[in-house]
Amino acid sequence: MSPQNIRELRIVGFLCNWCSYGGADTAGVGRFVQPTDLRIIRVPCSGRIDPLFIVRAFMNGADGVLVSGCHPRDCHYAEGNFYARRRLEMLKRFLPITGIDNRRFEYTWVSASEGQRWQHVVTEFTRGIHTLGPAPSFNPVSETEWNKLAVQASEGQGCPCHG
Amino acid sequence: MRIGVFICHCGSNIAGTVDCPKVAAKALTYPDVVFSTDTMYACSEPGQDGIIAAVKEQQLDGVVVASCTPRMHEQTFRRAVERAGLNRYMFEMANIREHVSWIGKIMEDNTIKAQELVRMAVEKLRRNRPLIPKRFETVKRVLVIGGGVAGIQAALDCADGGQEVVLIEREQSIGGKMAKLDKTFPTVDCSSCVLGPKMVDIAQHPKITLYACAEVESVGGYVGNFHITIRRKATYVDWNVCNGCGLCLEKCPSHKHPDPFNENLCTAPSINIPFPQAIPKKAAINPQSCLKLTQGKCGICATVCPLKCIDYEQKDELVDVDVGAVIVATGYDLFDWHKYPQYGQGRYPDIITSMQYERLLSASGPTGGQIKRPSDGKEPKNIVFIQCVGSRDRSVDRPYCSGFCCMYTAKQAILTKDHLPDSQSFVFYMDIRSPGKLYDEFTRRAMEEYGAHYVRGRVSMIYPQDDKLLVRGADTLAGTQVEVQADLVVLAVGAEAAAGAAQLGEKLRVCPDQYGFFVESHPKLKPVETNTAGVYLAGACQGPKDIPASVSQGSAAAAKVLGLLSKKELESDPAVARVNQPRCVGCGKCIQTCPFGAIKEVADRFGNPKAEVIDTVCQGCGICTVTCPQGAIQLEHFTDNQILAEVQALCPPKIFANYE
Repeated sequence: MSPQNIRELRIVGFLCNWCSYGGADTAGVGRFVQPTDLRIIRVPCSGRIDPLFIVRAFMNGADGVLVSGCHPRDCHYAEGNFYARRRLEMLKRFLPITGIDNRRFEYTWVSASEGQRWQHVVTEFTRGIHTLGPAPSFNPVSETEWNKLAVQASEGQGCPCHG
Repeated sequence: MRIGVFICHCGSNIAGTVDCPKVAAKALTYPDVVFSTDTMYACSEPGQDGIIAAVKEQQLDGVVVASCTPRMHEQTFRRAVERAGLNRYMFEMANIREHVSWIGKIMEDNTIKAQELVRMAVEKLRRNRPLIPKRFETVKRVLVIGGGVAGIQAALDCADGGQEVVLIEREQSIGGKMAKLDKTFPTVDCSSCVLGPKMVDIAQHPKITLYACAEVESVGGYVGNFHITIRRKATYVDWNVCNGCGLCLEKCPSHKHPDPFNENLCTAPSINIPFPQAIPKKAAINPQSCLKLTQGKCGICATVCPLKCIDYEQKDELVDVDVGAVIVATGYDLFDWHKYPQYGQGRYPDIITSMQYERLLSASGPTGGQIKRPSDGKEPKNIVFIQCVGSRDRSVDRPYCSGFCCMYTAKQAILTKDHLPDSQSFVFYMDIRSPGKLYDEFTRRAMEEYGAHYVRGRVSMIYPQDDKLLVRGADTLAGTQVEVQADLVVLAVGAEAAAGAAQLGEKLRVCPDQYGFFVESHPKLKPVETNTAGVYLAGACQGPKDIPASVSQGSAAAAKVLGLLSKKELESDPAVARVNQPRCVGCGKCIQTCPFGAIKEVADRFGNPKAEVIDTVCQGCGICTVTCPQGAIQLEHFTDNQILAEVQALCPPKIFANYE
């Protein structure tokens, strides 16, 4: 995918279908203007969110990840968000060990009627990510350099590390 | 795979801030996309026909529609692709209205965002596979929670429609708030004459089982097959025997505790039948005030009871019922006006609520229908009604309008004049809200024919003067301050969510809104459904409502239930978890975590333990998928690969140099 607009950073959202996705819809219906950085992935329940999805997003260069589910005790599937809360809290503490700033990851609870709250959550989170700036790349290599390597490899010279 | 992409303009809703043709053009560059177009209204008949035609002409085997939220039209488009001959799960939606065009103002950013959401949908669709629903049978029985007028109507309609009904009521008698009212607006009908026959119908209907003094203990199961446990609270009277003769009421020596049915205006015996028309007309003991139960002495009711049905040892009883659908009709409670300092916070006995006033007006009330002040029992001359007590007031977190207070205040002003021709009513109001058939005419009558003096303004304070109350407020139309010497002040208290609604909502998995009222599935098109299939709403538990609206919603919920249970079998959602048995190591973690008990342990042909999903029980939450250490159990339609594909569409893998 082409590099994005410079004004925007890459923020991925994982939202449960019943509460938070509905809340984001309510915010849309209410025309609560929000920053456009966030891209939302719909999942049935916050308990469906594997922490590795979030790690994968960060590995692939996401600048922020926002997870939102139903309020605790209010889960459509009775207890999915309790599982989510444990997993995500664990992940939040674990992220610094992998070298990812855990301020880039947030989880929250927004119900289907809380359009205004969703606007607030998105605006605040996006502002926070913009303050942090683009995520540092794990191992940056420019596209031109990569192309050079690819050409070398196709010509049989191999890559520099293996001669 | 051949994918077709349809970008909806939604009139100007999307096209106003998203360049739809550009999004459609970009979509053609995505893998497997062979056809892409923009369309004015994808959900309209020509829009759907266009999708079907394209599927046939282009031999598409997957469709992406970028339009509104899937919570709105996913089913519509799934049916459309099914009509085109595809499996309905070979379809994905990109939400470019609620999540893009309506929240962002910059066209360029919106267009890029829309393109990426379409890309995500395409990547997910490439990994979809056809799914076929299973069918399962339903229990032909309905649970109605709450025996107010909405619940009564719903129960009767369901029973008349041929379904068995279990009606449970928390209080000792059904009837709810309406049973306490004297008259109803705008016809000034006698409330108990309208409601009474319906209550009798409940008691006599062969298909209705009524449990009074009962609450929902726990809820299990799913649409068509709910397992409900009901707690029948101990009444200390054997209701199979009691015939409601009332002898025990007369002889009970402990009769000094406030009577909740009469809004604490008078006292009631510890063994009581709340009102003469009560259904079921059975006595029950109040364990908080009964001398026998609190102190171990007395026992007079047991001696006087001719049928010997008093049982001081009675315990709560749990009853299990299986039902196919649930109607929630738990009603509302009245706002606690003591939060307002300006109304005396209970220091002055002659400031009462509208419901207390209703009991004073009622012929079956504590005064036998004569209006008497609680302080000295005198007939009041000047009566001040204050509207919007706990309605439309942000300072007490009640910004909503309770809707019916304007009308019942007008009714009470009219009834006051009928009872006391020499009296004068004053009504302090903010606005008169009387939309409804014959409603505005009714408030006009209160002013013009019955001489109620309406003052537009709020009351700032009430303080005693001799044996009267001085009500000081503003008249914003005249621009002056007014003072009224009142003998009695009636507060038109607003409605709020019923006590215990939150706990019940948790059990039924029905969401409350910010004020505690239950949220319907769609505010316009699904007003009685909830987000939990098989659970319906009726009456004021969904929001403040007057009697006609509650009754219509009760009937509406009943119609939905009858429609649901008229099908012999229901289709289950095939987006459920599925076990890849060769990968499963039989650790059983999924069995432990599943909230629905939808996974069981089976043995493969070598006797190794394996997990197996019961398709019709699985609700498709996917908790098991994350729990499985092997990735052996996958939630169909939301598999790890599908979600990762969406992640990768947004965050493409980086090119890593390897310089080790």
